[in-house]
Amino acid sequence: MKLLVPVRRESRIALGVAFFIVFVALWSFLSLSGAVPKHFLATPWQTVVSAWNLFATQGFTHDVGMTIWRVVGGFVLAAVIAVPLGIAMGVYKPIEAFFEPFVSFARYLPASAFIPLLILWVGIGEAQKLTVIFIGCFFQLTLMIAMIVSGTRRDLVEAAYTLGCKDTGVIRRVVLPGAAPDIAEALRQVLGLGWTYIIVAELIGASSGIGHMITDSQALMATDHIIAGIVVIGLVGLLSDVLFKKVNQHLFSWSLLR
Amino acid sequence: MSRLSIRDVSKTFPGHKRSAPPTQALLPIGLEVGDNDFITVLGPSGCGKSTLLRLVAGLETPTTGEIRLDGTKIVGAGADRGVVFQSYTLFPWLNVRQNICFGLREKGMKLSEQKEISDRFIAQVGLRGFEDHFPKQLSGGMQQRVAIARALANDPKILLLDEPFGALDNQTRVLMQELLLGIWEQAQKTVMFITHDIDEAIFMASRVVVFSARPGRIKAEIEVGFPHPRHYTIKTSPEFMALKARLTEEIRVEAIAAAH
Repeated sequence: MKLLVPVRRESRIALGVAFFIVFVALWSFLSLSGAVPKHFLATPWQTVVSAWNLFATQGFTHDVGMTIWRVVGGFVLAAVIAVPLGIAMGVYKPIEAFFEPFVSFARYLPASAFIPLLILWVGIGEAQKLTVIFIGCFFQLTLMIAMIVSGTRRDLVEAAYTLGCKDTGVIRRVVLPGAAPDIAEALRQVLGLGWTYIIVAELIGASSGIGHMITDSQALMATDHIIAGIVVIGLVGLLSDVLFKKVNQHLFSWSLLR
Repeated sequence: MSRLSIRDVSKTFPGHKRSAPPTQALLPIGLEVGDNDFITVLGPSGCGKSTLLRLVAGLETPTTGEIRLDGTKIVGAGADRGVVFQSYTLFPWLNVRQNICFGLREKGMKLSEQKEISDRFIAQVGLRGFEDHFPKQLSGGMQQRVAIARALANDPKILLLDEPFGALDNQTRVLMQELLLGIWEQAQKTVMFITHDIDEAIFMASRVVVFSARPGRIKAEIEVGFPHPRHYTIKTSPEFMALKARLTEEIRVEAIAAAH
């Protein structure tokens, strides 16, 4: 192994898959050897069978669909407001001075701690789930985008002014295209954050969703279902992440040039 | 008629911290640059010559005095003063042609006209075949050629260059000087070129303005009488050598002052 030298594509994939194998092997050993009782930790095979049953007979597809729609819905709401606000904060320093201290404070408020309040305010319906995701994503996203936009290269801004741009032209033609790849990357990361909040929101007062299925299974001691649910969350999250990355690479191919 | 008129212009930067004293970058200076003049501003690093260029470009505001271009007082940056910076400032998300058309598009020019103008300047800086390349796919010298084309495409009244070839290797720099001089000989533009390289200053200039060490002021103005078109071989002529010897003395004193 040499420092910072990239590996070939084939080796990279092989190494990535290898760790999954190691992980499943360890899991199998712990559950099959009886080191951990089976009703605490289901075996990998049992989990696969349960997952199949969940989808085939217990309408789990609907739960997964509900969870995805809540994450995406709350995330889109957050993004629609956070992106323009973050850009305004990054470009206009008085706006940043006005919002930044509060947003920095609000960022540390755990979204899950709002759940009891939100149930009082907006009930246990979809609005509550969307609001949890919104709170969890919005403040992070706003700060990240403000920081990205603040980092716009000053020399490019100056060049644009000397080429005849006014302020709006500089924002439209220099700040936005320059920040776009990093903003897209921030969106990708915060979407991942949304996935961690949704399950908490669904653990309390939900009648559908992956989190709801997990709470139900806890009451029945169905650890195979719980593990299947967790694995599905991981897979859906990974899939959305890969899709996001592909789209970003396609849209901003210039930023990948070396 | 004098195109660029700099009168009693000085610049003082406030200290970074509240306790730090302000920095006087430029003592009050006066300078007249005529139509189609090619002046080079020569001085040791940190002497305020770049500050002067940024004032003319409108990227800084003078502390005292005023700068006029064709009689109009300069307030802020504008398309009538094209700038080529020392750092590579091409927009990395635009290809060569889109970079060159940046200012034209801002003016709302028709696409067909944009293409016509960009074609002309792409040819002039020798980048035909590279229209679709992105800045990161070009060498430093090529990037600066695009930057020159981008500034010229806007048809500015004056072209301001801030050590544009400073980061290039010696061979490329010499070729770039010949390229720029060739463009100037054809197009006739008013040019203000900042440099710390004595050969560069003499070779291209009709007049060399020598700056003192910081705080900057104009120490000498020297006419360069070589006829145009100039060939690189003049660099070895006795007249060139004599001029170089004289400027070397002037600059050496200032460099020593700057180092203390």
